[in-house]
Amino acid sequence: MAETTLTSIGTVRPDGLRGVAADWASDQRAFKNVSWGKAMMWIFLLSDTFIFGCFLLSYMTARMSTREPWPNPSEVFALNIGGTEIPLILIAIMTFVLISSSGTMAMAVNFGYRRNRKKTALLMLATAALGATFVCMQGFEWTKLILEGVRPWSNPWGAAQFGSSFFMITGFHGTHVTIGVIFLLITARKAWRGDFDVGRRGFFTGRRGTYENVEIMGLYWHFVDLVWVFIFAFFYLW
Amino acid sequence: MAEAVVHGHDQVAATHAASATAIAQTDAHQEHPIKLYLVVWGWLFILSTGSYLVDYFGLQGLLRWSLIIAFMLLKAGLIVAVFMHMAWERLALAYAIIVPPVLVLVFVTMMVLESNYTLLTRLTFFGHGP
Repeated sequence: MAETTLTSIGTVRPDGLRGVAADWASDQRAFKNVSWGKAMMWIFLLSDTFIFGCFLLSYMTARMSTREPWPNPSEVFALNIGGTEIPLILIAIMTFVLISSSGTMAMAVNFGYRRNRKKTALLMLATAALGATFVCMQGFEWTKLILEGVRPWSNPWGAAQFGSSFFMITGFHGTHVTIGVIFLLITARKAWRGDFDVGRRGFFTGRRGTYENVEIMGLYWHFVDLVWVFIFAFFYLW
Repeated sequence: MAEAVVHGHDQVAATHAASATAIAQTDAHQEHPIKLYLVVWGWLFILSTGSYLVDYFGLQGLLRWSLIIAFMLLKAGLIVAVFMHMAWERLALAYAIIVPPVLVLVFVTMMVLESNYTLLTRLTFFGHGP
């Protein structure tokens, strides 16, 4: 039985590097106290890290190898508010919105494990709302840039690769946020309905729902925030 | 024979009990006070403001890059360690997830060399920028 390998009753697992060696060499499951759902989400996120890593790398290569000057993101993403140009302000607000959504998600996971059905669902809905706000602001940003003449093959300010890097990186990230919002809504509905209290079977895999589903959803959502931290640093601030 | 069967039953029952405990154990996840998340949230706001101010005040050169990287790594660390609970996972998982992305740095080195070479050939054959 799969579950029996979980038992650690009476056995004390070593910590530190010795623990890493023991877990990996145990000829069973390597991740001892982590369910498969959680381990698989982590492994998926690892592969996604490589995808975004490659995007940022290709952006770095394009930016380093071009003869033309790179457009100054500080000016490109400035907004005119009340007659003054404020550099990068929209991106800063988007950053705060996404960080806030991560905060509400972390608390949703916490309330989930306290089996507080309503607070979990409401905090997840708040997370989804903040995520949707982020996507809308990104839509605004894209519209503004496209109206200013930014295309994947050219832009008014300098190196043509600016447009292609921008649309690819932020577009892929925005897609991740959108998918996250959809799944947040689905998971919030399940939490609200009490699926995780009674262990109702899911429509797709038929596995029983537990509050761990909220944590796995949370892992994905925090990852989306994490990717934005890197995009913010390398694309907008560099 | 009957005895053996009974014994077997006992064993099955024992295994069941054990696996039930095991499930209960996996279910025994981390519960932390809400305050912890609020504190981390506050720090993420402070660090983001810091990295925004780097741009706002127009810091340039090495200072700018080191500050951007420092704020970025601190934010990433807080998110992974606390929000994603990596700080409380066993090292077998933490190493399996966190070590491979470090290898991306090797790729970065390769591409830095490559793009320097590309730039050199472009400057040699096309001259300086338009």
